[in-house]
Amino acid sequence: MPESIKDKVAIIGMGCTNFGELWGKSVSDLMVDAAYEAYADAGIDPKDIDAAWVGNWQEVSGMAGLGLAGLRLQYKPITRVENMCATGTDALRNASYAVACGACDIALAVGAEKLKDMGYAGLISVSPGGTAGTGGITTTAPAIFAMLATRYFNRYNISPDAGKRMLSRLSVKSHHNGNLNPKAHFHKEITVEQAMNAPIIAWPLGLFDCCGVSDGSAAAIVCRAADAKKFRQDPVFIKSIRMCVGPCDGPVKPEYDFTHVEETYRAGLAAYAEAGVKNPRKEITMAEVHDCFSITEATIMEDLQFSPRGKVKEDIESGFFDLDGGLPIQPDGGLKCFGHPVGATGLRMIYEMYKQLQGKAGPRQLKNINYGLTHNQGSMPPACTIAVCIVGR
Amino acid sequence: MVGITSFGAYIPYHRVVREEFYKAWGGFPIPGEKSIASYDEDAVTMAWDAGNNCLAGMDPKKVEGLYLGTTCAPYKEKQSSAIVATALDMRGDVRTADFCNSLRSGTQALSAALDAVKAGTVKNMLVATADMREGAPAGMGEAQYGDAGAALLIGDTNVVAELLGSYSVSDEYAGEWRAHNDHFVRAWEDRHLLDEGYSEQLPKAIEGLMKKCKVSAKDIAKLVMSSPMDVRRHGKVAVGAGFGMAQIQDSFFMTLGTCGAAMGILMLVTALEEAKPGDKILLAQYGNGADAFLFQVTNAITKKAKDHLSVKTLISSKRNLPYYTYLRWRNLVTVERGRRPEIPFTSLTAIKRSRKEVLGLYGKKCLKCGHVMYQMPFGIGGMTPIRVCYYCLSKDNFEDYRFADKKAKVFTYSLDLLADVIDPPGTPVFVDFEGGGRAWLDLTDRIPEQVKVDMPVEMVFRKMYFDRGIHNYYWKARPVRG
Repeated sequence: MPESIKDKVAIIGMGCTNFGELWGKSVSDLMVDAAYEAYADAGIDPKDIDAAWVGNWQEVSGMAGLGLAGLRLQYKPITRVENMCATGTDALRNASYAVACGACDIALAVGAEKLKDMGYAGLISVSPGGTAGTGGITTTAPAIFAMLATRYFNRYNISPDAGKRMLSRLSVKSHHNGNLNPKAHFHKEITVEQAMNAPIIAWPLGLFDCCGVSDGSAAAIVCRAADAKKFRQDPVFIKSIRMCVGPCDGPVKPEYDFTHVEETYRAGLAAYAEAGVKNPRKEITMAEVHDCFSITEATIMEDLQFSPRGKVKEDIESGFFDLDGGLPIQPDGGLKCFGHPVGATGLRMIYEMYKQLQGKAGPRQLKNINYGLTHNQGSMPPACTIAVCIVGR
Repeated sequence: MVGITSFGAYIPYHRVVREEFYKAWGGFPIPGEKSIASYDEDAVTMAWDAGNNCLAGMDPKKVEGLYLGTTCAPYKEKQSSAIVATALDMRGDVRTADFCNSLRSGTQALSAALDAVKAGTVKNMLVATADMREGAPAGMGEAQYGDAGAALLIGDTNVVAELLGSYSVSDEYAGEWRAHNDHFVRAWEDRHLLDEGYSEQLPKAIEGLMKKCKVSAKDIAKLVMSSPMDVRRHGKVAVGAGFGMAQIQDSFFMTLGTCGAAMGILMLVTALEEAKPGDKILLAQYGNGADAFLFQVTNAITKKAKDHLSVKTLISSKRNLPYYTYLRWRNLVTVERGRRPEIPFTSLTAIKRSRKEVLGLYGKKCLKCGHVMYQMPFGIGGMTPIRVCYYCLSKDNFEDYRFADKKAKVFTYSLDLLADVIDPPGTPVFVDFEGGGRAWLDLTDRIPEQVKVDMPVEMVFRKMYFDRGIHNYYWKARPVRG
C-alpha cells in the first residue's frame, strides 16, 4: 500500500480573485493578485517560496513555468501543470507531494485561466494541431453533458418535465449561494420556473443548467503539517488528494451507461480510503463539485456516494444539498456562479473549503463542519480526468 | 454475356417545393418539387450512397474498378472516384477514373465500363454517377435542377440486363454549360438548345442504335431518355422517335427535377426495378451529343436481391425544406457565423495515416477477447490508434473490423443549439452497433423532434466541412431510410 498524504501537508495561505468578465486584467494580473493575497494570508515573503506549480489549460493562459513569470520568483523551479478541468487541483497535488517528501519547505500552487480575451461566449479552442478531418462532429460541451441527462431520464423513467425540474432546483440553490459571495461572477437569485423556462442550450439543458464563462485565478501555499503552526493557528490540512484518469473507453464501450461517471466514482473511493472516510454521506460535511452543468452535479452526488444510485432526485427536492441542508454542496455558488476559468477552478473550490473551515465564509458560513471535499471533472462523462481533494482541520 | 449485374440509386432526403421559388421571385409557378443534396452531401457522397446501394449484400473487395460520372466534382485536381472507392471499401488494385465536363459523364463512364468488361480487362466495373448542378437564384434552373445519384455494376456473370448494343453521337454544341470559373449553369436561348441540341442529337442516337441493333420502337419495353428542363420536349422527342406514352420512362419532373449527368442512369435503375425478363430497355442520354444503349432484361432479374432501396422508396422518403434553408445549404447567402473558435487545420498526413479508419470506418476486433471497438477519430495527431485492447488490455492483437455496413441504435443524444452548424440543432448521438461497438457521431437527415433513444440508424459517408482547400469526408449516422 502506498503511503497516505493525510495530515502531512497544510495549507497556510490562500488567495482568490473575483471571478468574472475581467476585461481589464490579463492572466498574469490575475495570477499576481491571487498569489499576493495568498502571501499576505500566510504571512510570508515571496522569496520564501521554494518551488511553484502553475496550472493553465490553454496556452493562451500561459506556457511552461515561464507562465508564472509575472510573480518574478527568483530562479526557482516552476512547472506548468495541465490536466484539463482538474488542472488547479493537480497543481496543488504536485506542490503537496513536493513539500511532503521534503524536496522543498514552502510551495506555491497557482491556477489561472483567461477565457474572455477570445471573443467567444464559450470555451476556447482545443486544437492539438492538424486533425484527420473528422473535427466536424459538432458537439459543444453542453451537448456532451446533455447526453448524460437524456440517458439519466430514460434509465430512471423521469419525464423531461420532472427531470428539468430536478436539475433546476440545483441551479436555484447555487444561485442563492453565489448571491452571498462577493467573489462570484453572478449575483442573482433565480426561481425553478425561470430555470425551467430558460432558452434551451442543448436539449434537455437550458441556460441555467450551464455554468458561466469567466476569468479568474486562485492560489495556495503549502508546507509540511509539522511546520504549519509557525505560520498560523488555523491551517487547513490535506486529508486526501486523488486523481483518476479514465482509459477513455466510455465512448466506445456499449457497457458505459451514461448515467454516471466511473472516474468520479473511483476517484471518490480512492480519496475516501486515503482520508479514512467510511460513510461519505455523513462524514463529508460540505463539498464543492464540478457543476459545469446541472446534470453533472446530480450524477456526482451519486458517484461520490452522497446519494444512493438513482435517488439523487429525492435529496435535491428535500433540500439536502442546500446551505442549511444535511450536506451543503457549492456553498460558494459553484461553477454555476463562478464560471469555469479552467486552470483556476480546483483551487477556487479549495479556497471556499479553507475559508469555511477557518470560519471566514461570511453569510455563507456553515456550522458543524469537519471534512470538506472538492471535485473536478476534466473532459466528457465517458472519458475524463477527475481530481478529488478532501481537506479538514 | 456482358451487361448490368446490379443497380441502385440514391436520392437525397430533402426537397424544395417549386412553389417556394415562385413565392420568392415571381415569374410563373412551376409544379412539383426538386430534390436537393444536404449541406453535407456532394457528388462524391451521393456517388458513394448510390454505389453502396448498388453493392448491397455484395463484397466490395470483388469489384475491380469504379468509374464515376459527374459535372460537379469537388476537386479540379484530385480523383473523386478514388475517394468513393476507398469509402466503399474497394481494394487498392482497382481501376478508378472520373468522367466529367458533360451531361454524358455518367453514360460515358458506363460506355467505358462496358468496353472494359467486354475486352476482358476487368471482370466487373462499378459505374457511379451523381450530380447537383446549380442554377442561379431566380432562374429556371434553380427551380428545375434536381440532385441525385445512381450506380450500375457492370459484369459478365449473373447479368440482369444484357447489353445488345450501343451508339453515340458527338456534338460540339452545348446549350447549357459552365466555364472553368462558373458556379451556376449558363444557358443559351431555350428554343435553340431544344431545337438544335436536344431534339437534334437524341433522335440521331436513338435511331442509329435501333438501326444498328435491328429493332424498332415497338420492340422496346421502355425508352429511358434524359429530359431537358422543359419536360414537354421530352415527350415530343420520344413520340417523334416512334414511341408511345406507355413506353416512356418518367423523367422525375414532378418529383426530383432534371438530375444532370445522373439522370439517364437514375431512370434506368427505376426501369430495371420494374422490368420483366425479356424486356428491351433503351437508354439515351443527351449532352454534347448523345449516348444510346440497348439492354435486354434476363431471367436473373427475378432473383435480383431486393435488399437495396428502390427509387420508389427513396422518392417517398423525404422532408420538404423552405427556400431559405436551400440558400443557406448552398452557401448562396452569407449567414452570420457564431462566434466560435477556428477549426483546426486538416492534416493530410493524419488522414493518410488513418485512412482506413477515417474513410473506411474501420475499427478493431480483439483476437484475444473478441470484442469489437470503434476507432475514435479524436486525439493527439488526429486519431489515437487502438494498440491496447479496451477490454482485455492485450497489445497489438487485433484484426480490422468494419462498422460502415453495420446497423446501429441511438443510445443517447442531444439537440445542440449552441453548436455553430449549418443545419441546427447540432444532433450528436452515441450509437451502439449490432454486433457490438459504440461510436460518437453526428446524426444527419433527421427531423430533430423525432430523435429518440433506441432509434435505428445506419452509417453514411458525408462531407464534414470544407476548409483551406480540403473537402473533409467522414461518417455520420442517419435514421434508417425507407
